[in-house]
Amino acid sequence: PAIEGKEIEKLVNNSKVVIFMKGNPEAPRCGFSNAVVQILRMHSVTYDSHDVLQNEALRQGIKDFSNWPTIPQVFINGEFVGGCDILLQMHQNGELIDELKKAGIESAL
Amino acid sequence: AANPIENAIRAGLTNELAPVHLEVVNESYMHNVPKGSETHFKVLVVSPQFEGLPLIKRHRLVNAIVKTQLAGDFVHALSIVAKTPQQWDEAYK
Repeated sequence: PAIEGKEIEKLVNNSKVVIFMKGNPEAPRCGFSNAVVQILRMHSVTYDSHDVLQNEALRQGIKDFSNWPTIPQVFINGEFVGGCDILLQMHQNGELIDELKKAGIESAL
Repeated sequence: AANPIENAIRAGLTNELAPVHLEVVNESYMHNVPKGSETHFKVLVVSPQFEGLPLIKRHRLVNAIVKTQLAGDFVHALSIVAKTPQQWDEAYK
């Protein structure tokens, strides 16, 4: 069973940046989730995080909601941005700073 | 043939995206899986078809091709770098 789209929508809109990951920011349980946490840390972004390992219905629900097969998943301003690769590339080419600015967040970089 | 998954990924991306450059790397040995596994892959695709597409759409395209090619199954991890020929040139100037 998966958590319904309506419930997921509430979660992704609860904060300007929301991530779904394995583990939590203090103790990521997967290298890809860890990479996302480290990138957001470099930009000094505060965000909501949800641990999909604690909740199988959430894990399936978020995949259905974004139509994206893998975890982590990053949302900015309620919009699905992508997973680890996309966030890393946006970090490298400077797009992430612009994307955060659009959401009214000043990156530390 | 050896490496059936790697070969399938390579064939699918080659046929669908006509890449000017393609790298498919089996990184499974870096993970805690049996020797010879095909579970973790990294792909670098350079294709004119990415022109004008935001990253998320490029990655969705690559994911869809791999999924179709693997008959609906998905590898455990697929890391994607998707560039246009122009972006690829610039990176190597």
